[in-house]
Amino acid sequence: MAFARRNAWLNFPPRCAKARGVTQPLSFQRMILTLHEYWSQHGCLILQPYDMEMGAGTFHPATTLRALGPETWNAAFVQPCRRPTDGRYGENPNRLQHYYQYQVILKPSPPDLQALYLGSLAAIGIDPLVHDIRFVEDDWESPTLGAWGLGWEVWCDGMEVTQFTYFQQMGGYDMKPVAGELTYGLERLAMYIQNKDSVYDLAFNDAGVSYGDVFHENEVEMSTWNFEVADTDSLFDQFKKHVAECENCLGKQLPIPAYEQAIKASHIFNLLQARGVISVAERQAYMGRVRDLAKGACGAWIAHNTAKWEARFPGWAA
Amino acid sequence: MTDFLLELRSEEIPARMQDRAREDLAKLFTAEIAKSGLTASEIVTYATPRRLTLIARGLPVETAAVSEETKGPKASAPPQALEGFLRKTGLTREQLVERDGVLFAVVDKPGRATSAVLAEAIPAIIRAFPWPKAMRWGASSTTMESLRWVRPLQGIVALFGDTVVPVEIAGVQAGAATVGHRFHHPGVITIGSADDYVEKLRACHVIVDQAERRQIIALGATMAARKAGLELVQDEGLLTENAGLTEWPVPLLGRFDAAFLSVPPEVIQLTARVNQKYFVCRGADGALANAFVCTANIDAADGGAKIVEGNRKVLAARLSDAKFFYETDLKVPLEEQATKLDRIVFHEKLGTVADKVARVAKLAKWLVEEGIVSSPSPRSRGEGRGEGESASSDALDIPAQPLSPTLSPEGERENLAALAERAALLCKADLVTGMVGEFPELQGLMGGYYAAAQGQDPRVAAAIRDHYKPVGQGDDVPTDPVTVAVSLADKLDTLVGFFAAGLPPTGSKDPFALRRATIAIISQVIEGQFRLPLSTVVAASAAIHASQFVYWENEFHKGDDAEPRHARARLAHFDQEYDWTKGNHTESAIERKIGGSFISYYEWDGEPDFIEFAKYLVFDRSVDGLLDFFADRLKVQQREAGVRHDLIDAVFALGGEDDLVRLLARVHALQAFIGTEDGVNLLAGYKRAANILKKEGVSLSPLKGRGRRNRQRLRSRWRSIRLSLPLPPRWRARISKPRWRRSPRCALRSMRFLKA
Repeated sequence: MAFARRNAWLNFPPRCAKARGVTQPLSFQRMILTLHEYWSQHGCLILQPYDMEMGAGTFHPATTLRALGPETWNAAFVQPCRRPTDGRYGENPNRLQHYYQYQVILKPSPPDLQALYLGSLAAIGIDPLVHDIRFVEDDWESPTLGAWGLGWEVWCDGMEVTQFTYFQQMGGYDMKPVAGELTYGLERLAMYIQNKDSVYDLAFNDAGVSYGDVFHENEVEMSTWNFEVADTDSLFDQFKKHVAECENCLGKQLPIPAYEQAIKASHIFNLLQARGVISVAERQAYMGRVRDLAKGACGAWIAHNTAKWEARFPGWAA
Repeated sequence: MTDFLLELRSEEIPARMQDRAREDLAKLFTAEIAKSGLTASEIVTYATPRRLTLIARGLPVETAAVSEETKGPKASAPPQALEGFLRKTGLTREQLVERDGVLFAVVDKPGRATSAVLAEAIPAIIRAFPWPKAMRWGASSTTMESLRWVRPLQGIVALFGDTVVPVEIAGVQAGAATVGHRFHHPGVITIGSADDYVEKLRACHVIVDQAERRQIIALGATMAARKAGLELVQDEGLLTENAGLTEWPVPLLGRFDAAFLSVPPEVIQLTARVNQKYFVCRGADGALANAFVCTANIDAADGGAKIVEGNRKVLAARLSDAKFFYETDLKVPLEEQATKLDRIVFHEKLGTVADKVARVAKLAKWLVEEGIVSSPSPRSRGEGRGEGESASSDALDIPAQPLSPTLSPEGERENLAALAERAALLCKADLVTGMVGEFPELQGLMGGYYAAAQGQDPRVAAAIRDHYKPVGQGDDVPTDPVTVAVSLADKLDTLVGFFAAGLPPTGSKDPFALRRATIAIISQVIEGQFRLPLSTVVAASAAIHASQFVYWENEFHKGDDAEPRHARARLAHFDQEYDWTKGNHTESAIERKIGGSFISYYEWDGEPDFIEFAKYLVFDRSVDGLLDFFADRLKVQQREAGVRHDLIDAVFALGGEDDLVRLLARVHALQAFIGTEDGVNLLAGYKRAANILKKEGVSLSPLKGRGRRNRQRLRSRWRSIRLSLPLPPRWRARISKPRWRRSPRCALRSMRFLKA
């Protein structure tokens, strides 16, 4: 049965979940497994989350660094995201300081990227002849990564379920070639599919464990720590040290460790913001600092690989 | 004659760009084919989210033959010149035609097939297309030279008559095939010609014509509302946007929980419109109803039940956010919110919003205390009015507000000043509320709601609500003195601040909307006939800026650790070498600039010398430029109101007048006078006098120097002019009055600007 189902997905467009005989809405974990299966069928590497705190899946080096350069790169992964200022002590049904993004990065962007994406929606049970799916202009920009792209937010019956972006620049460098990025908001999608009003009511699996069972306490405690407890002097100190360490790595031509330090500095900055100790005036300066680090790492990554890339892709130039 | 169809199919084009893109496509196409001498009898353009289409009707099958003639060198010219000409034209000497000793190259160009012209024009149009934002994509984007389009270009239909125009660009081959609706008809359809394009697509669930989609939405939404016993709140912008988001629009009505109606209607409407692009409805009583109309892009299998339900949920989540914000905000007094304004930087050179509020409050209070802004009572009006402005008296008849009988004029003024100060102190407090954080467009409005709900004086609440007004032409101009005081103070403070910081508008760049602020000041002053002595007011505002600046400097040097971060941040911009990471702040630019002595001398509520000090300190470069800026804006504003600008120039040339009301009264008086017989005579006389003087070689430009001899020369020149004027005795007597005799230069200058 499993084998037959997989084969069915090879035919495009795939039949939607209902047509496959799946009647029960997908649980949170089954939705992730389904997406893994789908994108794996379409030639993506299935990576695991990066083991560091970050504000968005785009920070994963598999996106940021791998998006640069001429090599083909197709990957999909789940990335936990931490946004300390979004914490609501587990009281708001829609906002979390820790949540999951499903990230797909395809370089170069395939010509049928929209169709592929719609196929993935059908696979998790969204029928486009019953639900109103729309591509609404939304130009994406990440000031901390020095990155921007054009694309849409994808609406499903008026709800934004995915950010769909054609990267044009990363770390201040032009994309050659352009990569397509899909970022699914997993909790939102699951709330939609399962018809739940609160994220904590989501079925995590098919055996009665809810999202709240897994994460509610985490939200309460982490919100408390983010907003009230975290030691700001120590955080300021850590920020400085990560900045220094990043520069150290850049000096030694080690782009990946340098980029990791930039991610760390970025997260520390987010924590400082949640603690409310960074004034608006300073905010720009801190963000500029992180951006410089990220740009430095991207630059080092390009410098590190240019010789190899130019040899393998004649005519390509950074 | 044949028709041409061009469809450029891409991934979803942003709705806001579609109208402009249609215009650009028609313009580019017309220009491209005109190069080959072609014109279409009619051009129609369509746009949907996924396609941009042009139909050009009545094109000839081939272009007319033309004979192009190029002038060459003379027949007697040296051989080098001839050689060069031959090389340029690619002809031989024998092929040139000689006429009057000059050689001409005549090239007969036979007519070309129109489809060949089109095959060249299409790639040129695509490459030159001026999208506001374009992108690269796909495997070809390894170079920066790859094709750019608004979103990935997917297909081209190019049919001249019923034949495909052979074009290929960036790997996309033109053909006759396109696709229908993304979900209703995902397969390929083949277009026969321009004639069946619209209908074939309609059969595949695509309404190509944006106007038709608009109409479907307008009609459908209105009908859906009517069926529910409601009236749709019309919104042209939303119609266009929804038409730009759909190929097969289906308006659907849904309901939201009536409990959300406790939130101000503006908030509900904005949430629905901005975030979700929904229409809202009114009930029979005119109040907002708990219904919305969304526009789906499919004819859903279940009639749209799931779509409505999904949209209802999203709107409910948005509205519950809004409701939460509203209720949370209501619990916090605006006074308390106002204390948080020091977290928002107004501009790095002008401090935080809290700093701005402090300045605005001082200025607003001052404006009332000085009697510049006062309650519109006939009595106070009469006092302030100068002599000889009877021409404008009609304009002053504004219905007076009933004054409280118990208050003396002084008491009234004090009361007003207190209200204005209070309103100014609270006017920006809503910027830190959750609601305005979510919807910045609601600034002011929310403050007004919160103030009213929290029991502030209704005039204070109104002032908070309306102090941003007027925001454009046709917007209401506030007239209540409390509102006017806050509004004027807010805008003056912004103007003076940015001029002082050396950031006046330049050319077309006006990032801080200073032109709009100036126009707003002018229209309020004129509307309320307030006597605003510009230079004094500007100086007062500059002084407030300066005193506050010194205050920061003091705080900074106190070394008080309470707010070191803020003081440092505020001062950082004045010192180029200041680096927040190094914490190096021992020597600030200010200290270098003015020395330490001023710093402790001036205090917050400074001395009258402050005006001088303001100019001396950072504000030295600004204030004069600001007055000119005002004059320019006034000229623009009056010109738009239909006043001859030479009249304005004439009055401005008098100089020394910085009271807008009086200035305009003069303009109007002059305008009225020019229209009379006397005026016509005077102009004729002036012209004659000027001509006489010109013949005698006397310049009308003002004499330089102030010596006695100069004065005498001037006076005698004036006398000769006066006598030469063919004026009726009455008018001659008038300009011989001592006042005019004494300042002939003014009289002359003012006349010089009048065009006879």
